Amino acid sequence: MTAGIGEFVAHGVRPGRRWLAAFRRPLAWAPLGYLALLVTGSVLAPVLAPYRPAATDLDHVLAGPGPAHPLGTDALGRDVLTRLMYGGQISLLHAAIVVGTVIGVGVTSGVVAGYLGGWFDRAFTWVVDVLLAIPVLMTLLVVLAVVGEHQTVVMIALGVLVSPGLARVVRGAALAVRKELYVAAARVCGLPHRRIVAAHVLPRIAGPVIVQVSLLAGGALLIDAGLSYLGFGAQPPDPTWGDMIAQAASVIDRQPWLLVPPGVVLGLAILAFGLLGDVVRDATAGHAEAPGAAVTPTLTPRDEPTTALLSLRDIEITLSGGRVVVADLGLDIGHGETVALVGESGCGKSITGRALLDLLPAGGAVTAGSFRFDGADLAPAGARALRGSRIALISQDPVGALDPVFTVGCQLGELVRLRHGGSRAELRSRTLDLLRDVNLTDAVARRYPHELSGGMAQRVAIAMALAGEPSLLVADEPTTALDAAVQAEVLGLLGRLRAERGMAILLITHDWSVVSSFCERAYVMYAGHIVESGPAEELLAHPRHPYTDGLLGAMPSRARPGTRLTAIPGSVPDPAHWPPGCHFAPRCTLATAECAAAPVPVFEPATGHRTRCLHHAKLLPGGERASA
Amino acid sequence: MLRLIAHRLVVSVALVFVVSLAAFLLQSAAPGDLARAILGRNFSVQAHEQLRHQLGLDRPVLVQYGQWLRDALHGDLGTSPISGLSVADEIAGRLPVTLSLIGCATLVTAVVGVALGVVGAVHGGRIGRVVDVLSLIGYALPSFWFALTMVTLFAVTVQLLPATGYVALGASPAGWARSLVLPVATLALPGIAVFAKQTRDAMLEALSRDYVTALRAHGVPETSVVLRHALRNAAIPVVTLVGLTFIGLLSGTVFVESVFAMPGLGGLAVQATTQHDIRMIQGVVVVFTVIVVVVNLAVDLAYGGLNPKARVR
Repeated sequence: MTAGIGEFVAHGVRPGRRWLAAFRRPLAWAPLGYLALLVTGSVLAPVLAPYRPAATDLDHVLAGPGPAHPLGTDALGRDVLTRLMYGGQISLLHAAIVVGTVIGVGVTSGVVAGYLGGWFDRAFTWVVDVLLAIPVLMTLLVVLAVVGEHQTVVMIALGVLVSPGLARVVRGAALAVRKELYVAAARVCGLPHRRIVAAHVLPRIAGPVIVQVSLLAGGALLIDAGLSYLGFGAQPPDPTWGDMIAQAASVIDRQPWLLVPPGVVLGLAILAFGLLGDVVRDATAGHAEAPGAAVTPTLTPRDEPTTALLSLRDIEITLSGGRVVVADLGLDIGHGETVALVGESGCGKSITGRALLDLLPAGGAVTAGSFRFDGADLAPAGARALRGSRIALISQDPVGALDPVFTVGCQLGELVRLRHGGSRAELRSRTLDLLRDVNLTDAVARRYPHELSGGMAQRVAIAMALAGEPSLLVADEPTTALDAAVQAEVLGLLGRLRAERGMAILLITHDWSVVSSFCERAYVMYAGHIVESGPAEELLAHPRHPYTDGLLGAMPSRARPGTRLTAIPGSVPDPAHWPPGCHFAPRCTLATAECAAAPVPVFEPATGHRTRCLHHAKLLPGGERASA
Repeated sequence: MLRLIAHRLVVSVALVFVVSLAAFLLQSAAPGDLARAILGRNFSVQAHEQLRHQLGLDRPVLVQYGQWLRDALHGDLGTSPISGLSVADEIAGRLPVTLSLIGCATLVTAVVGVALGVVGAVHGGRIGRVVDVLSLIGYALPSFWFALTMVTLFAVTVQLLPATGYVALGASPAGWARSLVLPVATLALPGIAVFAKQTRDAMLEALSRDYVTALRAHGVPETSVVLRHALRNAAIPVVTLVGLTFIGLLSGTVFVESVFAMPGLGGLAVQATTQHDIRMIQGVVVVFTVIVVVVNLAVDLAYGGLNPKARVR
C-alpha cells in the first residue's frame, strides 16, 4: 500500500520538482540533521552553553576533554565547547549573508539573461566571463583593506564575487526552459513575464540552484573561517572557528588536541553542505543502470574435422544481466569465401560479428558452443590473439572508428609498426602503400579523421584492417552510412581486395542487393537464430524460410510492377520475449500450433541449403504459398 | 581557435583594467583614506591636507588612476606609503616563492590525479570509491587546518620536515625541495580528487567510443589503447582543469603561505591587508590577474594543440 503510494508520488512528480525527491532519501537527512544541530547550538548558545564564552579559568588551561569541559579548554582556560557554539553564530550568519547575496544577484541576473536573451544576455555573458577570471580571495583582500571593520560588507562583496558561477548555471537552465513548448505557448498567450518566470522557470531551475547554493554555502564557511584565521574576522574576545584554529596553532606543540574540535566542526559543516548538494544533484540527474553480473562461459571442444577457415557450432552469446541474445548458432566460412549475414536490426548480427573478435560489451560473453579458426579450437579469449592479424573488423560508422586526435598516417603507422616493425622509412612507405591500395592519395596521411568524408574514412578503416594482412575480414554494415555512389565504390574496393589477397569476408548487412551482387553464400538471422542458410543465388531465387521470403518481398527492386510490396507485420521480439518454439512464429503467416510448441530443428531440403522451418515445403514453387 | 584566443585577450585586458580600476574606486570610497591610515590617530587637519596633496589624493580619482595606469605600463606599480618600498620590487622578490609553490602543487595534483583517474577508469570499483572518499575529504578540509595538522604530524611529532620557512632554489636545491613538501602537499590534496574524478569520467567516455573498439579489433595492445589513444582524448577536457587548478591555488597560497611563513605573494597580500596598504595589495591583485590571464592563454594553446578540431588549418 505504502509502496504503491510512493510509486505514484514518484511518477506524479513534475520534472521541475524532482529535487524534492532528494529529501525522501535517508542520505539527505544526515547532513540536514547536522546542520540543524549547528544552527540550534549556535542560536541557543546563550541558553545551552555550559560557560560564558569569555570566562577564563587559569587553573585549567589547555585541558584535554574531561567531565568539566567536554571538549577541553584553550590557552586561557576558556571552554572549547562554549566557544564553538558562540563561534557558530558568526560563521553561520556570514554564510547566510553570502548565500543571500548570491541568490539575489546570481539568480536574478541569470534568470533575466536566460529568459529574455538578446542584448542583455550578450552583455551578461561578457561580464560573467570577465568576473569568473578574477582571483576571488585577492579581490576580497582589497575589500578588506578598505572596509575591514565592516564584516557584513565584506561578506556581501564575497557573495557578489562568487555569484557569476551560479548566474551562469541559472542562465543555462532558464535558457533551456525558455525553449520548452509550454513556455513558448504561455508567451504566445500573452501571460506576463513575471507570471511565466514564477510559474514555470523558477520551479524548474530550483534543482541546480540548490546544488550550487549548497556548495557555495560550504565555500563561504571555508573562506569566512580562513579570513578569521588570518585575523580579518570578528575581533577577540569574540570567538570564531577560524580564530580558534589560529589560537590552536600557536600552542600546537603543547596541546595539539585544540586543533581537532574547530576543524572537525567546520569540516563536517562543509561536508554536510557538499553532501546535500550531491544528494539533490543525484535526485535531479536520475540514475545510470548498474551493470549486471558477468556471465561464465562453458565451451565444448570439437573433434569433427573441418576445412573451413572459420567454423562456429552451437554458439550462445549472453550479455550482461544474463540476456541470451544469440542461441544455437552455426556458421562456416571457407578460405577466401564471401559470406553474408543478413537480418533486420536487433537480430544479433553485429553481436555475432563482435563475438568473433572477443569484442562483446562489458559483461557479455560467448557462453556455449565451439569456435574453430583455421583448424584450431579457440577459447573465447583466444580470439583476442587473432585480432588484426587473422581477423579484422570494419564497422558501420567509419569516422567514429578512427581516433579523432591522430592523423590517418599516424594511426595507420602504429598498426604497421605493430605488425611488421622496421625503420621509419619502411613504415612510411608501407603506410602509403596501404593508402594507395584503397585508392587514397598520400596527402590523406596528413589529415585528421574529421577532415575526411565518410567514403574516405571507410577506405582508411579498410586500410587499417588490411595492415595485419588478415585472412578474414568482418565487415559490419560497411556501406550503410554512405550514399549510394560511395557504397558501390567501397564494395568494388572490397571485391578487388578479396580477389587480390584471397581474404574471406563476413559481410553483415540488411541489404539484399549487396548480398546478391557480392556474396557467395548467405546466413539469414532472426531473433538470435540462424533461420536459413545457403548459396546466395538460391536463397534469393527459392527462399525456404518465411522470414527470408518476407524480407525479399519487401525489396522494391524485386517487386513486379502492379503488385504491392509485402511487409512483415510486427517487429523483432526482445530477447526476453522470445517464444519457446520458432522465434518467427508470432509474425509468420504459415505458423501452426506445432511451430510455437517446441524448438524447431534445422532441415536441409537441398544440399547446402538449410532452413529452420517446419513448413519449408510450402514455400516451394507449386507449394501452398509460392514466392514471387 | 584564433578567434577564441582573440576573444580571450580582449576579455583579459578588460579584466586587468576592471580589477585595477575597481581597486582604485574602492580606495576612494573608503571611509578612512590612505593619508589618515599613515598618520594614525592624532593628526592636524593641515597635516592631513598636506599629505593628501603629497600623495596626489586630492586629485579626481580617474586622474589618479590614469597616472597609476601609465606608470604600471612601464613596470612601476608605485611605492607603498606604509613601508616606503617599491611595490614592483617587493612583488618581484616574492614571485619565485609563490610560483614554486603553485607550479609544484599543480604538477603534483595533475600527475597524481590523472594517474588515479586512469587506474579508476580501467579497474573501476575500489579505486573509484577511494577517489570518492578523497574528494570528499579534499572538499571539506579547510586547507589551513590541514596544513596545521601536517605540521603537527611531520614537523612537531616526527620532526622530519621543516615546519616553516622557504629556501631559495638557487641557495640549496635540496633545502628548496624539503621546504616545499608540506605546503605543496597541503595545496595539492583538494585538487587531486577533482582531477581523478574528471579524468575517470573522461577516460570512461573515451573508452566507450567506437574507435576504441576498432583499435582493439585491429589488435592494438591494451596499454596503447588506454595510455596512447584513450588518455590522449581524455586529456582534452582535463587540460582545462590544469588552468582552473592553477588559478584556484593562487587563492590557496594566501592561507598556506601564512601557515608555513613563506615569503610569497599570498603572505604579502595578507600583510598589506592588515596594514591597509592599498597600493601594495592593488599591485598584488594586478599581478595575480596577469598570471591568471597568462595561464588561461597557455591552457587555450594547449587545448588547441591537443584537439585537432579546435585548430585552424
